[in-house]
Amino acid sequence: MEKNKILEVKDLKVTFHTYAGNVQAVRGVSWYLNEKETIAIVGESGCGKTVSIQTVIGLNSSRTTDIQGQVLFEGKDLVKEDMKEIRKLQGDKMSIIFQDPFTFLNPTMTVGKQIMEAYREHRKVTKKEAKERTIEILKLISLPDPEKNMKRYPHQLSGGMRQRIMVAMALICDPKLLFADEPTTALDVTIQAQIVDLMKELKTKIDTSIVLITHDMGVVANMAERIYVMYAGQIVEHGEAREIFYNPKHPYTKALLESVPRMDNRSDTPLSSIPGTPPDLIAPPVGCAFAERCPHAMNICRKEQPAYQNFGGEHIAACWLHHPECQKRLSLRRDEHEQQ
Amino acid sequence: MSSNEVILELKDLKTWFKVEAGTLKAVNGVDLTIHKGETLGLVGESGCGKSTLGRTIMRLYKPDGGQVLYKGKDIWKYKKPEIKTFRKEVQMIFQDPYASLDPLNIVHDVVEEGMKIHKLYPEKEAREKRILELLNMVGLNQEHEYRFPHEFSGGQRQRVGIARALSVEPELIVCDEPISALDVSIQAQVVNLLKDLQKKLGLSYLFITHDLSMVKYISDRIAVMYLGGIVELAESQELFDHTMHPYTKALMSAIPIADPDVEQKRRRILLSGDVPSPVNLEAGCAFCKRCGQAKDKCRKERPKLTQVRPGHFVACHFAGE
Repeated sequence: MEKNKILEVKDLKVTFHTYAGNVQAVRGVSWYLNEKETIAIVGESGCGKTVSIQTVIGLNSSRTTDIQGQVLFEGKDLVKEDMKEIRKLQGDKMSIIFQDPFTFLNPTMTVGKQIMEAYREHRKVTKKEAKERTIEILKLISLPDPEKNMKRYPHQLSGGMRQRIMVAMALICDPKLLFADEPTTALDVTIQAQIVDLMKELKTKIDTSIVLITHDMGVVANMAERIYVMYAGQIVEHGEAREIFYNPKHPYTKALLESVPRMDNRSDTPLSSIPGTPPDLIAPPVGCAFAERCPHAMNICRKEQPAYQNFGGEHIAACWLHHPECQKRLSLRRDEHEQQ
Repeated sequence: MSSNEVILELKDLKTWFKVEAGTLKAVNGVDLTIHKGETLGLVGESGCGKSTLGRTIMRLYKPDGGQVLYKGKDIWKYKKPEIKTFRKEVQMIFQDPYASLDPLNIVHDVVEEGMKIHKLYPEKEAREKRILELLNMVGLNQEHEYRFPHEFSGGQRQRVGIARALSVEPELIVCDEPISALDVSIQAQVVNLLKDLQKKLGLSYLFITHDLSMVKYISDRIAVMYLGGIVELAESQELFDHTMHPYTKALMSAIPIADPDVEQKRRRILLSGDVPSPVNLEAGCAFCKRCGQAKDKCRKERPKLTQVRPGHFVACHFAGE
């Protein structure tokens, strides 16, 4: 199967101007998405994953923030595009599911009306047609009793149902691109499983490409084909899902995977955690951003940013440990050790 | 680790709320015991009544039936000085580290307040020393002492919350989802800290959460709650090895596993629908509407929590089968 890149982000940088200083939330990330593919961007809160997605979809206007780089979609650079043009794309060709379904639904409007609004914004249809389409999409997301439930207000629905409404709203115009920003984090495990299954099922039904943002490695394992690991506004590792899970190269990826409690964990050994907290992005460190928390940090890590090293296929990681020079010295030291 | 001495006992505890549509039975007949030095995990979906149960134990809600016995004495039969002792000995750690700290108070005052009220370390010098000691204990240091809550990250705030709970030298701590607002890497830090402190100070925990994988790690015993009642109770390894209740089975199968091969192959027991409303509960098993194995008996009769294996209690008519 030939793969077409549907979206490509090149060297994106986002800086917010605040009273405390300039926050460099995203510091040069590049990634792409193929047609009908699901990718995941993972990382801790504050690593810039949400900001980079919001910038791609045009929710961070360049008037208030400093945006550099390119976002290529259908031959256009969305960073330079006029806001009016982007508005036409939002909710039509690209749409987003937010983390918290309660804050992002309008409490004073019935959910049916909100879904219809999204449809009528982009399609010239009569009210009746919009209503029919709404019922159709609500059936697709298996909301029980759609005709009755669409007349209800968000507060009358449970968390899982509200998240389904968000999914319906995002899908009503058959988007080519679907961004899901922590779609399951606010939900209970059993409801989480329902939403993940729903998204997987819908993906095969309507042929959309998904960018999943989450810190839940379990959800990633279930859905993603490729994974980007972000830390302090940069991508530190990228590869196919299996590569990242079974052969992680960057110490941060390893630590992140290890801090997920496993079912076979013995309760007498402490959980492995990452000491410290992510760096302040107003004055990001000169060297590798993870050096302060990294168990393998060397002198050079604090002085210079590491370049990406390739591990075959698309698997890359930015870490000095895998630099050929470092590997050579490590093996030398190992030899010396053995001789002694 | 845990002794046989019972520190807290709940007897047929009921906490109900009057709402427009009728009576909301948030906690509906719960029997539980917590031993000294033990961690009891309480798991369930949102709306199952686990937080209400925690708050009823804290004497924040008056139960509508049953008793909360702390060290053998009903907490609602206390006289004033006893209430004060109870509040000193039973502390709480809250879910949201952003909302549970006074934004106008510096960390030093947050930790000091309880000590002043309970007249611990009456001399200022000793008290100051103790505050520093507490901060060190939870992994903060002197430079954090005079900062405001907004200057901290979520994980650090949760540490301040823990230091505050420890400041009055409690014996039982009710932890209401202490880690669910935190990042995975920080979650592990806080859980390790709580375990460490338990070992050092001999604390007992009631650990309320919806995260089954974390609860297995921290708890000695686990109680699974559904719609106001306990449906399964066992030692944590036993619960995972011999899961009996269909709801617990469904919960376990829904835990996401960070391993693509396992995750994509395994079969889930998908629960249809949401937790039903606890308002005007019908007779019969609370879970029967979402249960795949429900039979006539389940719809008519509410199953009692009965021992099926040694130390393993299940509330299901068909548990042994």
